[in-house]
Amino acid sequence: MVSTDDDILNRAEAWRREGRGVAIATVVETWGSAPRPVGSHLIIDEEGNFLGSVSGGCVEGAVVGEAVDVIASGGPRMLEFGVADETAWRVGLSCGGRIKVLVERVD
Amino acid sequence: MKLALLTALNAERAARRATVVVTDVATGAQRMVREADIAADPLAELLGQALRAGKSRMAQTPQGEVFLAVQVPPVRIVVTGAVHISQALAPMAKLLGHDIAIVDPRTAFATPERFPRVELHAEWPDEVLPRIGVDRYTAFVALTHDPKIDDPALAIALRSECFYIGALGSRKTHGARVQRLKDAGFSDAQIARIHAPIGLPIGAISPAEIALSIMGEITASLRLSADATRANSRDAA
Repeated sequence: MVSTDDDILNRAEAWRREGRGVAIATVVETWGSAPRPVGSHLIIDEEGNFLGSVSGGCVEGAVVGEAVDVIASGGPRMLEFGVADETAWRVGLSCGGRIKVLVERVD
Repeated sequence: MKLALLTALNAERAARRATVVVTDVATGAQRMVREADIAADPLAELLGQALRAGKSRMAQTPQGEVFLAVQVPPVRIVVTGAVHISQALAPMAKLLGHDIAIVDPRTAFATPERFPRVELHAEWPDEVLPRIGVDRYTAFVALTHDPKIDDPALAIALRSECFYIGALGSRKTHGARVQRLKDAGFSDAQIARIHAPIGLPIGAISPAEIALSIMGEITASLRLSADATRANSRDAA
């Protein structure tokens, strides 16, 4: 079972060694009632398979989509989700918090 | 993140050593600083603070904004006693992402059939504990009821920096244990680190419920301040 951030980074390394394109998304800042603490990871492969979480399932869909782009294009990307953001409501961070997520490719 | 850095990071964690990964938010540039190298780092003060707090965070530096990703080793629970409660404690620990090691010199208890896929040491604790190490990311739990096994392990735990020590037994059993530890030269303050009776007061009856109460108490010691932990626990005998 892969449930902790420790296991998740080991899995990211294993995925990359298998030759898969891999991105790591990390919660770098939170405001208000964010569901996952700073430092939480979500890992994504080029096909959109993912493990871990950066929220309680609220914004994972959007992060996975961005991550697939990052795997293709290379540069790191900072994403922000919150109540002030239309997209955030649409993707569902309805708990009222705001989070910033760094998405980077494993090279 | 470079694969080489990710590999080095995973290797440090497997060796139970803490690290901080510093990411320049503007450029994406990254470096890993090992705990042992922090003192010599240009960001020594900042990195030291983040590590002591055990929390990842954004920070301002003269070179710009950085993200400090703090990686501390996984919590390890070291248990003396390959007993019924330990059989329930092992899968709970794994579910919570903790490592667990069970020590019991009684080979009839410490069998892989009773503890499938669990790190098991069928040896005396005073041989095993110094070898596997009891560090500040370790919780120690004494469950045998047998002073011959529990006491030497408690002595090692009390001399270590481990963040939790709990010992099974009634108030009467613990009273006798306290006296033995005093006779062995431990101070009242040192002995007061032991949570006894062990576990949160949830009225646990079955071995699995007792394991749950122990796991709850370990979690509280890990996540709450010392004052809040004491308020949650039973008064010591």
